[in-house]
Amino acid sequence: MSQPKRARESRISRTAAMSLMVLLAIYFLLPVYFLIVASTKPQADLVSTFGLWFSHFDIVHNLKTLFTVRDGVFGRWAVNSVVYAVLGAAVGTLISALCGYALAKFRFRGRNFLFSVILGGVLVPSTALALPLFLLFSAAGLVDTYWAVFLPSIVSPFGVYLARIFASAAVPDELIESARLDGAGEFRTFFSVSFKLMTPSLVTIFLFQFVGIWNNFFLPLVMLQQEKLFPITLGLYEWNGQSSRVSLLQGSVITGSLVSIVPLIILFLLLQRFWRTGLAAGSLK
Amino acid sequence: MTDEKSGRRRRLRGGGPRAGTIAAFLTPFYLPFLLFYLVPVGYALWQSFRVVRRTGGQFGHAYTTFGGFDQYLQVFRNAEFGGSLGRIALFGIVQVPVMLFVALIMALLLDTPLLRAKGFFRIAAFMPYAVPGVIAAIMWSFLYSPQLSPVVDLLNGIGVSPDFLGPGTVLWSAANISTWCWTGYNMLIMFSALQSIPPELYEAAKIDGASNWAIAWRIKVPIIAPSIILTTVFSIIGTLQLYSEPAVLRQISSNISSTYTPNMLAYAVASGNNYQQAAAISVTIAVITFVLSFGFLKLTAKRAGL
Repeated sequence: MSQPKRARESRISRTAAMSLMVLLAIYFLLPVYFLIVASTKPQADLVSTFGLWFSHFDIVHNLKTLFTVRDGVFGRWAVNSVVYAVLGAAVGTLISALCGYALAKFRFRGRNFLFSVILGGVLVPSTALALPLFLLFSAAGLVDTYWAVFLPSIVSPFGVYLARIFASAAVPDELIESARLDGAGEFRTFFSVSFKLMTPSLVTIFLFQFVGIWNNFFLPLVMLQQEKLFPITLGLYEWNGQSSRVSLLQGSVITGSLVSIVPLIILFLLLQRFWRTGLAAGSLK
Repeated sequence: MTDEKSGRRRRLRGGGPRAGTIAAFLTPFYLPFLLFYLVPVGYALWQSFRVVRRTGGQFGHAYTTFGGFDQYLQVFRNAEFGGSLGRIALFGIVQVPVMLFVALIMALLLDTPLLRAKGFFRIAAFMPYAVPGVIAAIMWSFLYSPQLSPVVDLLNGIGVSPDFLGPGTVLWSAANISTWCWTGYNMLIMFSALQSIPPELYEAAKIDGASNWAIAWRIKVPIIAPSIILTTVFSIIGTLQLYSEPAVLRQISSNISSTYTPNMLAYAVASGNNYQQAAAISVTIAVITFVLSFGFLKLTAKRAGL
């Protein structure tokens, strides 16, 4: 192939590749852009003005409405989501770390079996468990309580899977051995030596579990009756169902949706490299 | 912490902590895992073999008893179950390949020198992962709604009047929401796999004059086949669990019934307090999921020689 022909061809493929990616980026960003524009508009303008451009910039008023309508129940939902996600992910990360570390670093009988049970668990989607959990929790009288959403959320087989990979990679056996020779107990070794070495990977585990709980919808839908226990996802779903009758709620559904995704998008932009670690580990066979 | 004696005894046994210590590390995870993963599955299985009977006539009091496969026979006789299964089969056969193909193309392009602003494209594609499925569905339902949607406005402007919520289109509107949510996630899994290929593997082909295109399809794609298989399995599982997208679209479209997907059916049946039947539906979905995902793994593992 002659040089000029090759150069022209690569210019064409470069343009084609860029155009395709730009189109796809528009596709991915469009709904969020629409949401940002819509949450700045007064209710009446939602229908009467073009959706992809600003009219009256009224976001402060919309936020005020969002947090005061229906006795300010949205604020309660936001707090619930934060509590479910932060506490659930924190407890979940800790127990995943302990378990993954033990599976990676201690030799004992039944270790492979215990690990393959976890691999099986990774393949079980949380939606599939929600109804069986409901049956069990209603027998135990736990339905419609904070516990009904919180307790199942702390279990993350994927977290243990990641913790095991990260523990084998980040904590050298010699270090554990020398801590043992110094007379340190296993828990002291874990919290004072291994935990620090594993910290970056624990952030990854925390993030994945945080997003999983924050985005959870089916479990709270199945478990909760009382509005004051709802996370944001379930609350907005209920409002969205009522907004065809109560048109005042439509604006609050839009502003509320924006409020619910902003913290996650920020978290995700700030902590990009941790996501990549987790996804790379997920792609290993 | 440990006294001399037990320390020495441990070392004599070949090092490593005692069984009690190991259990203390494992129990905080395995106990909730048992209670909130395994026991519910067992309980649902048990429930699915129970039936509600009545003593005497219609006014007798109800009691549950062993019913064999009665609940499962009822699941298979239920036309709504068959209908919902057919619907998501159609959904999956179209949506999963389209989504994974787009994800693969994006990952391959991001792995070539053809693009600028790669970081931006990566973030743009992965951003939907940060959006809860329900919120994504609510956002898209605004874009589908004839009153609010700027997309409908634009299409009307060029003389097309789309109906995203019609009987023939609403399934694909739901499929679009799933595609929007998960393409970037799958793309990043494939992209991470591409990044871990050592460049020497295709440097030789490049020197021999192979085009980027040929390198991508003949060398890179076969190497990342395990990741593609993994994303396919996750997508099959996700499709069988489909709930929030159609449930949200149901709020604005009369073309989605309360039993549109198997999971919606299970939820509707459970809301009617028929727990045994709901359990049998849940177990049936789980078995189908298991058979399909493992079947797919077996099939591809053989063909890919893994």
